[in-house]
Amino acid sequence: MDTVIELSGVVAVLGQFPALAGVDLTVQRGEIVLLQGPNGAGKTSLLRVCAGLLPIERGTGHVLGIDLATNREAIRSRVGLLGHANGLYLDLTVMQNLQFWASTVAATSSEVSTAMATMRIDGRLAEVKASQLSAGQRRRCALASLIVRRAEIWLLDEPHAGLDAAGRDELDALLRSAVASGATVVLASHERDRALGLATRTVTIDGGGAA
Amino acid sequence: MSGAGINKRRIAVAVARKDLTIEWNSRILVNQVAPFAAIVMVLFAFALDNDGILLRVAPGLVWLATLFSMLVVVQRSFTVESADGALDALRVAGVDMGAIFVGKAIALMVQLFVLELMLVATAVVLYGVEMTLAGFCEAIVTLVVATIGLGSVGTLYGGLAAGARGRETLLPLLLLPAVAPVLIGATRATEAAFGSGGTTVSEGWPWIGLLLVFAVLFSAAGTVAFGPLVDE
Repeated sequence: MDTVIELSGVVAVLGQFPALAGVDLTVQRGEIVLLQGPNGAGKTSLLRVCAGLLPIERGTGHVLGIDLATNREAIRSRVGLLGHANGLYLDLTVMQNLQFWASTVAATSSEVSTAMATMRIDGRLAEVKASQLSAGQRRRCALASLIVRRAEIWLLDEPHAGLDAAGRDELDALLRSAVASGATVVLASHERDRALGLATRTVTIDGGGAA
Repeated sequence: MSGAGINKRRIAVAVARKDLTIEWNSRILVNQVAPFAAIVMVLFAFALDNDGILLRVAPGLVWLATLFSMLVVVQRSFTVESADGALDALRVAGVDMGAIFVGKAIALMVQLFVLELMLVATAVVLYGVEMTLAGFCEAIVTLVVATIGLGSVGTLYGGLAAGARGRETLLPLLLLPAVAPVLIGATRATEAAFGSGGTTVSEGWPWIGLLLVFAVLFSAAGTVAFGPLVDE
């Protein structure tokens, strides 16, 4: 196993407020790591640091071998951050959404087909407009777009939010399937019991630090 | 062309195709914007109710209707980006923002050009405008150059207003003053093309030069500034 995320004493600031206060975190390829902690603990900020969106003020950090202090923008194209929104175009069909993402990275149609198969998107669902999908189907489409984009690390913020019990079960199965295909997942979730069943490791964030 | 240049061109084409596909799927331009623009032209005709005056002011009415309609098209262009966080997803994914600007501007230009053709045709039918062949050619050049300027500035200000509170009212406040040079230049050039008020075709070309300068400036400025503005 190789290390894909390595943070040491990372401090990050959001506006005037400290978002992370000395976080240490190591994630190996193929892991599903659950970040847990109360609201405002810094889970989302940690995901944004790993996505190269939030700069680090102190400490050292590397994601996929890229230095967060000097080259964080280069990380963005290699990780996928999914928050509460799915990043879909609601007036496009599922297939048109995936083809759009594919064209931004020059992915082939077979890569799109693989993503659809992994996320169990069949031909009928592919032709449905995103605006007509259920919350769970939209989430599947968003995850498929991460595969199409060849995101190596999936950073998921409350991925179970808005899904019913069946949708959550399906999401967990899909995430396991994606990890089996080579992805690494770091997720923040308040659904502690469910996420514990999914995660291979748990990291607690409190007061902006990881324990 | 370098690898980065090819990437940017590919992304710009993908974004333009995506925006035009969204328009094709939703038919907002055909079903809402074009009828709105036509109604504006008809209302002007009712309000002025004089063939001589209508012939004189037809070029200005065409471009005023274009600007009002453009507000709707630009709002729509960025509403589809924010409805489910798509523009944020592109930004987070590190997709080149300059290429996104170019793609969105091209899609906007295509829609505006179709709209302007319809408005000129409406002016010909409704106001009795007549054009010579040279006037027709000048009108087409005016439409093309003015559309490049409007598409660029519309995309730039649309992106700026997209993340702001009260963006529906903010966009007209930002955009309409900025496109005043296009309104003036395109109206004068179209007057020359239509021969309104005794103008000749040759009088329009200096105004087309002004439109060209505006288009080049805002295309370049938009490509550079769009990313930082959307990030803010």
